[in-house]
Amino acid sequence: MHLPSSIDFTLHLADDCLIMSQRLSEWTGHGPALEQDIALTNIALDMLGQARLFYQYAATQINELRLKADYVPKASYPVDEDDLAYHRMEHQIKSHLLAELPNGDWGQTILKVFFFSVYKKSLCDQLLTGNDAQLAAIAEKSLKEIRYHIKWSSDWVRRLGDGTVESHERMKAALDYLWPFTGELFEQTAWMPAEINHEAIRKYWTESAGNILQEATLHLPQGSSFQTGGLKGIHTEHMGYILAEMQYLQRVYPGNEW
Amino acid sequence: MHTTCYTVADVWRLLENVTDPEVPVLSVVDLGVIRHVDISDVYGGQHVQVTITPTYSGCPAMDMIAANIRIELMMAGFQQVEIVQQLSPAWTTDWMSESGKQKLKEYGIAPPASGFSSCASAEADEQVLVPCPRCGSHHTQLISQFGSTACKALYQCLDCKEPFDYFKCH
Repeated sequence: MHLPSSIDFTLHLADDCLIMSQRLSEWTGHGPALEQDIALTNIALDMLGQARLFYQYAATQINELRLKADYVPKASYPVDEDDLAYHRMEHQIKSHLLAELPNGDWGQTILKVFFFSVYKKSLCDQLLTGNDAQLAAIAEKSLKEIRYHIKWSSDWVRRLGDGTVESHERMKAALDYLWPFTGELFEQTAWMPAEINHEAIRKYWTESAGNILQEATLHLPQGSSFQTGGLKGIHTEHMGYILAEMQYLQRVYPGNEW
Repeated sequence: MHTTCYTVADVWRLLENVTDPEVPVLSVVDLGVIRHVDISDVYGGQHVQVTITPTYSGCPAMDMIAANIRIELMMAGFQQVEIVQQLSPAWTTDWMSESGKQKLKEYGIAPPASGFSSCASAEADEQVLVPCPRCGSHHTQLISQFGSTACKALYQCLDCKEPFDYFKCH
């Protein structure tokens, strides 16, 4: 039996993957080279797949505990993954602010994928040994994909950071832009399982990201004033636009399928 | 009405007819996505339960594979087909059959390197020598870790110059 608090946590994991995926999908057909366009699309697809697994699990819990009223406006059971992705409102979505930030240029997109993937790896490592067997199974599956995401994005961070004057300057700008949104990755909330050690995630993330940035001749900024709110459903001005595009079809034609 | 009584081994043989829609030379058995087959007798026939595991979380072929398994078994006379998804242990290319690897190679896709059961890091992939499926040369280079589908990486043969897909270690 799962406590209702874990539904919030599962939805948070799902929302992070979905919003990241939706954002990265904007690059489809616009990548700087065909291979890189395909790479980023594949990464977006992996994240969408992970989001589906989390939403499916959350839907199962919601149906078992008869808690749909708390999560999604639906007349009858069962609630499914699509209801949770397409029919929740902005204030109900608990993704990190980092996920919804605009892609910016290629370098900014790369850095965002890198920051998110390193965080995700550390989190999944903990879920793997956690109390929730289904979250552990999804984490096990995700980790195999995440290692490719880290490899690909860190290669690019090095290449651009330690590249031309122009690419270095752009990576520096990306770092300055994204940095204030990284602190939220280690934020604890009431609905997170107590077994998640955020301090350990922060330590791993700071060390791993710091090492790659150093190789890229970049440095982690010292600033410690961070943006927060995503986990409470208080999002940036960008979120509404993402949801408007992503949820439009299901809101206009509920339940419509290909 | 079918009165045939199937055994678990018969079902495994039937599943050999279901292929991966993205790589049509591989059956779902070759691919290693079938984890269990269970048959139970119910009133008026047999109930079959097939447990499958996804290759990649976002692989769009998985829904089609599940649908094709259902169709194959219903055509064979099963009236109740249940497909169960199991995530753990996570799918690995080590579960791909040897005949599957041979079929991949003949199809022009380099099969996943064997002996990398752990597939511990993406770096390990770069140290794997991937022979060209066309000319057999080991003089090849990685173009991209990501290819035309989630399960493939893109390589090029430096001898015959042909680009080719590598079914990456997972």
